[in-house]
Amino acid sequence: MSDSFRDEVRAWLAAHCPPSMRVAPPEISHLYGGGRRAKVWHPDQPAWCAAMASRGWTVPEWPVEYGGAGLSREHAAILREEMRRIGAQQPLFSFGISMLSPVLFKFGNDDQRRRFLPDIARGAIRWCQGYSEPNSGSDLASLMTRAEDKGDHYLVNGQKIWTSYGDEADWMFCLVRTNTSVPKHEGISFVLFDMNTPGVTVRPIKLISGASPFCEVFFENVRVEKTNRVGEEGQGWAIATYLLSHEREMISSLGKIRHDTDPGRRALEIFGTDGEGRLRNASLRQTLARYQLDAAAFRLWIEHGERHPSASAGMGAMSSAVKYYGTELNKRRNELYLDIEGADALLWDARGPAGEAWARNWLRSKGNSIEGGTSEIQLNIIAKRVLGLP
Amino acid sequence: MTLPLTEEQEMLSRSVAEFVADRASITQFRAWRDRTTETAFDSALWREIAEMGWCGIAIDEAYGGSALGYSGLALVLEQFGRHLSITPMNATVLAGATAISLMGSETQKTSWLPAIVDGSLTLSLAWGEGAHFAPFAVATRAEKTAQGWQLSGVKHHVEDLSSVDRFIVVARESGRPGDREGLGVFVVPHDAKGVSVEATPRVDARQCGTLTLDDVVVDDGCRLTGVTSVALERLAGVINAGLAAELLGICEETFARTLKYLKERSQFGKLIGSYQALQHRAAHWFVEVQLARTIVQEALLALDRARDAEGYRQADMLCSMAKAKLAQVAELSTNEAIQMHGGIGMTDAFDIGLYIKRARVLEQAYGDQHHHLDRLAALEGY
Repeated sequence: MSDSFRDEVRAWLAAHCPPSMRVAPPEISHLYGGGRRAKVWHPDQPAWCAAMASRGWTVPEWPVEYGGAGLSREHAAILREEMRRIGAQQPLFSFGISMLSPVLFKFGNDDQRRRFLPDIARGAIRWCQGYSEPNSGSDLASLMTRAEDKGDHYLVNGQKIWTSYGDEADWMFCLVRTNTSVPKHEGISFVLFDMNTPGVTVRPIKLISGASPFCEVFFENVRVEKTNRVGEEGQGWAIATYLLSHEREMISSLGKIRHDTDPGRRALEIFGTDGEGRLRNASLRQTLARYQLDAAAFRLWIEHGERHPSASAGMGAMSSAVKYYGTELNKRRNELYLDIEGADALLWDARGPAGEAWARNWLRSKGNSIEGGTSEIQLNIIAKRVLGLP
Repeated sequence: MTLPLTEEQEMLSRSVAEFVADRASITQFRAWRDRTTETAFDSALWREIAEMGWCGIAIDEAYGGSALGYSGLALVLEQFGRHLSITPMNATVLAGATAISLMGSETQKTSWLPAIVDGSLTLSLAWGEGAHFAPFAVATRAEKTAQGWQLSGVKHHVEDLSSVDRFIVVARESGRPGDREGLGVFVVPHDAKGVSVEATPRVDARQCGTLTLDDVVVDDGCRLTGVTSVALERLAGVINAGLAAELLGICEETFARTLKYLKERSQFGKLIGSYQALQHRAAHWFVEVQLARTIVQEALLALDRARDAEGYRQADMLCSMAKAKLAQVAELSTNEAIQMHGGIGMTDAFDIGLYIKRARVLEQAYGDQHHHLDRLAALEGY
């Protein structure tokens, strides 16, 4: 049965995935994000997303009524494998899928699920995450953005920072303080609102990579209906930590995106071989082999988790381990590309053979082990929740 | 997110753990280490292990085995690693039986494998001649004679050598040391004329030493019929996957013991496990052990599933990856275990320091991490 499903997937992808969508984009930010103001990096992206969405394959494991395909975990893994096999571009890069939807499934009510999930599945609405604040980074629970109770609605005042794609998103899921007279973890609520609501101002932040994937977002008397609060008042921290475990998985999965440039082959092209077929630079050869070993072990670790649900029991805390290792590995990979390409990689607009923006990707990767909880925070979580250290 | 065991594997692993805790634990390790006899292993213990059926786990049912594959055998080796059990399992079963299974004729398999399964035949693979594993750098000569074959040469770091019944000797029939082809493999009785052994103490308290072959004559039936460079590499792959499984046991045991210690030992009025400097190192170590388990599982699965050239190539690569990764993680594990235990970790009276000695021996055997990383790079084409 699995084989016939694999055949079906293979045939459909062969027919519907154009060659232009079988290469990784030069930067992760060039994946298609959908939304009302969808940014199109390649003209084929919207049609590729729509084709996948029509099969429910942007969210293969979701129920059909919410825009998914209702696939089993096993079949979803086959779909991912077949997409990987041809290098198919992820049709929709969406925080709605990776972060908000698990929250709506677990904490949302029926009305919220019906209102929001189908638009997420087909990429009609793009979401951003309002979590960090200028004085609340690793210590997220100290956040100060206030939501004042006005009966049927809240009035929100405050500021968020490090909001990924805040300038391109249509809606925000946001942590706000609804009660200041209880311990910090207990006074937080999780709310949803349209970024077009009066009083919302967005300002992009320019990074060392030159890109501005993050924004500051300011709130001045922003009206949020109480029907847009997910879960109970004060339940925000439980929801936030649940969501963070999904964010960690999403961030570490970014490192899995296959670029067409195989570092070993590229190094051979640039350095050549000694008399016995070995890469001429012995030190680089060793660094390459060590990286490839760890990358293979990491990839297999993730695959074992995908294939065997029981193996990933307790994934909540394990997602910290995945996030920690995956992002550190991604930084290593980017440093390795730099070593291979040499001074050429430091030219601001340099592009690799598969269109990779070496310098910008390398600089951007430094944020991987900071965003979504630093590596140090992940190690704290592993130590406490997995290892039970005091 | 490492793979769950099957019900059968779960039962096997549990029964090995129970047996070993009772019969081949660190207490027995210490008693054996401080013995005065020259024997390499406890033959009464070995008979009990054979009775449990563990010698035949990876051997075909046709020869009395249970055909549970290398994934099954690895569960035994992992427990032996956790308890530092001294047995001839690596020399006799992992290396010896595998050599015969992979390269022996039907007659050879029928005459030797059942005896390995029932514990009556012990073996040791005499392959390496130097301090670093180099599969084809074999100078020991095998000359064809009227009576059969005549072997001459010196083998180093041969395991269990004073006590095994037969040696499996890799010798050169043609060509020069370093040539991939031209090697033969011979099953040589310990008591054959011209065989001499000299045991040398080693850090892990197991026996190894030098085997000298001085014009040893064996008949044609002792020469394994299916020897090729590819078969020899497959043999090394299986051995390395098995050694990686024993190393995994050491990684997990040292980690578990150290984690326990971090929750018991206080300094400056607090448990040392509450200090972030140690928490972060412990957390990193934990993740590395997870990856280590994954790559060992994957190598064993690949060995058990391989049916064609592509399957064997994949398995070969994964075996080298597993050995390289486990050598790295075992180094991390045994070093961190001692450091986090502090002074007591350096004492002979405390168990934690015993693991580092066994780990380094396993790391060196059949290629250390540098050997396997070099191999990995070559297999990847750079």
